[in-house]
Amino acid sequence: MNHAPIVPVIVPALVAALMLIDRRIGSQRALAWLSAVLVAGCSTWMLTLAADGWRSVYLVGNWAAPWGIVLVADRLSVLMVTLTSLLALITLATVQSGWDQRGEHFHPLMQIQLMGLNGAFLTGDLFNLFVFFEALLIASYGLLVHGDGSERIRAGLTTVTLNLVGSALFLIAASLLYGVTGTLNFADLALRVAQLDGAGVTLAHTGALLLLTVFCLKAAILPLGFWLPATYGPAGPAVAALFAVMTKVGIYAVLRLFTLVFGASAGALAEVAFPWIVAPAAAGYLLAMTCALAGTDLRKLASVLVMASAAFLLIGIGRASEASIAAAVYYLPHTTLSAAALFLVAGLVVRSRGERAGDRLLAGPAPLRPALVGGLFFLSAIAVAGMPPFGGFIGKAMLLLAMLPDDGLPGTIGTIGWLWFIILAGSLLGLIALARAGSTLFWKSDGPAAPDAGSVSWRDALPAAITLAVIAALAIGSAPLQRYAQATAQDLLQTDALIDEVLTTGPRPGPHQPSPQTYR
Amino acid sequence: MELLMASGIGVMMAGGIYLVLRPRSFDVVLGLNLISYAVNLFIFSMGRLTVGSAPIVTEGSADTLTSLADPLPQALVLTAIVIGFAMTALLLVLAVRQHAAGGNDLIDAPAPRDPAPLDRPEVR
Repeated sequence: MNHAPIVPVIVPALVAALMLIDRRIGSQRALAWLSAVLVAGCSTWMLTLAADGWRSVYLVGNWAAPWGIVLVADRLSVLMVTLTSLLALITLATVQSGWDQRGEHFHPLMQIQLMGLNGAFLTGDLFNLFVFFEALLIASYGLLVHGDGSERIRAGLTTVTLNLVGSALFLIAASLLYGVTGTLNFADLALRVAQLDGAGVTLAHTGALLLLTVFCLKAAILPLGFWLPATYGPAGPAVAALFAVMTKVGIYAVLRLFTLVFGASAGALAEVAFPWIVAPAAAGYLLAMTCALAGTDLRKLASVLVMASAAFLLIGIGRASEASIAAAVYYLPHTTLSAAALFLVAGLVVRSRGERAGDRLLAGPAPLRPALVGGLFFLSAIAVAGMPPFGGFIGKAMLLLAMLPDDGLPGTIGTIGWLWFIILAGSLLGLIALARAGSTLFWKSDGPAAPDAGSVSWRDALPAAITLAVIAALAIGSAPLQRYAQATAQDLLQTDALIDEVLTTGPRPGPHQPSPQTYR
Repeated sequence: MELLMASGIGVMMAGGIYLVLRPRSFDVVLGLNLISYAVNLFIFSMGRLTVGSAPIVTEGSADTLTSLADPLPQALVLTAIVIGFAMTALLLVLAVRQHAAGGNDLIDAPAPRDPAPLDRPEVR
C-alpha cells in the first residue's frame, strides 16, 4: 500500500506536537520548514501520479470502508493539497522576517491548520470532514488573533460565533444523513442515497441543503459571506495569504459532496444543490465586486476579491457541466495564489508607507521603493483581476465558453446572457477598483516618506515575487493544467469507478486479520 | 419518550437561538452551549431511541439489531462534545479578552473609529 496520502495529515500533526516540546523559535522554524518541504514534496509527487490517473484509497485503521476511516487521494484532492502546501511554503518564507515572534505558538498553530486543511481535502467520510473543519478553524482563530490588536480580537469573536453555529448545522445535517442511510462514508452514502424513498428522501434532502448552507458559509457566499472582510482584513498579511485557501475548503466540499453523493446518479436526490447555487453565487460576485469599489484599504479590497473569487468558482460548479467544472478547477489554483499575492503586497505597502497611512486608500506619504512595491502590486492586481497574460483570463474565458448553449445545458439564452453580463461587468468593476487603489497608493503621494516607513528590500519582497512567479508558471504551463482540470471534471461527474474502488479496497492481511473481507 | 426527546431538543434549540441573537457575549456563549446540547441529543436520537440496550454484543444477547443500541452516534456525540468544549473555552477567552480591551462585552459593538484622516493638502 502506498502511504503517501497520510503524509500531508500526519506530518504536520507530529511536527506541531514536537514544536511544543522545543519552543525556541529557531528549532520551531527548522521543524516548520522540514514539515512544509516534506508535505510539498509528497503532494507534488502525488500530483504527478494523479495526472496519469492514479488514485489511492488509504485505509487508516486497516479496516475496509465503510466501517473504517478512509482517505481518498484523487485528482481534485491532490490538487488542493499541493496548492495548500505551496501556500504553506510562501507563508513560512514571509514570517521569517519576525512576524512569527510577535506572539507565541505561531508555528504549531500553522501546522495544525495545515493538518486540518489537508485532512479536509483528503478525507473520505462526512464526519471526518467535520472534524478536520473544526481543527483548521480552531487553529485559524489562533492565527487570526496572533499579534494581538483589539480589532483582531473583535473579528475573532464574531468569526468564532458564526462558525460555531455553522458547526451545529453541519452536525445536524450529518446526523440526519446518518439517520436515514446508516453510513457516513461518501462512497457508501452515494449508493444508499440513491435507494432512498418516502420520508427518507425528504430528510436526506433537508440534510443535503443544510450541508450546502454550511459550505456556503465557509466559502463566504452571499448572503453568508459578510464575516470574511471583517476577518481577513485585520489579519496579518502572511496569515491572510494562508487563509486564501480556507474559503476554498467550502468550495471543495460543495464540489466533492454534490457531485459524488448527490450527483447525477442519486435517484430522487440527483443534483439537489445545483439549482440553489448559481443565483446566489452570481449575485454575490456582482456584490463583492461592487464592494471592491468602496474598499477603504488594500487588505479589505483583497478580502472582498476573495469573496468574489469564491462566488465565481461556485458559478462554474453550479452550472454542473463538465466544461464549467473544468473551468472552475482550472481557475482555482490561479485565484487562490493571486489573492495570496495581493495580501502579501498589502503587507509590503504598509511597510513602505508607514503605520499611519498603512494600506489605506487615501493620498498619503510617498512609499519607499515605489518601483519595487508598485511593480509587485501591478503584477498581482493583473493576476487578481484575471487579465492576460496570467491564467485567470483563460479560466474566465473557459467558463464563459462553457455556458454557451450548444453543449446541451438547460437554460435559456436569457440566463446565459445574464451570467455573461454579471461575470464581465463584475470583472470590469474589480479592474476599476484595483486601478483606483494602485493610482491612489503609488501616484497620489502628498509628501515625503513617513518617518516610520521601512525600506522594502528584495528579501522582503521575495515571497510575493515567488508567488507571482508561480502564477506566471501556471499561465505558461496552461495546457497541462487544462488537461488536468478536464480530467478532474470527468472524474467528478463519473463517480462509479471511485465508489467501486473505495468500497472494494480490502485491508492488508496482518497477524490479526487472517481473511481480508470487503464490503461488496 | 419520542415526544419528550423531540420537545426537549426543540426547546433547547429555540432557547439557544434566542440567546445567540442577544447582543452580549456572555448570552451568546450560553446560547451556543444550549445549541450544542440540542445538537448532541439530536445526533444521539438519529441512532434510534432504545431503552436499556447496550451497544456491545455480549454472549447470550439476542441476535437481532433491535436489542442493541447503535454505537456510532455515541462515538460521534463524544467527538462533538470534546470539540464543542474546546470551542467554548476559546470563545470564553476571546470574550474576556475583548471585555478587557474594549471595556464592553457587546458582540458586535461598532469598531473603534478610524484614526484621524490623513493630512489633506492645505487649502491656501
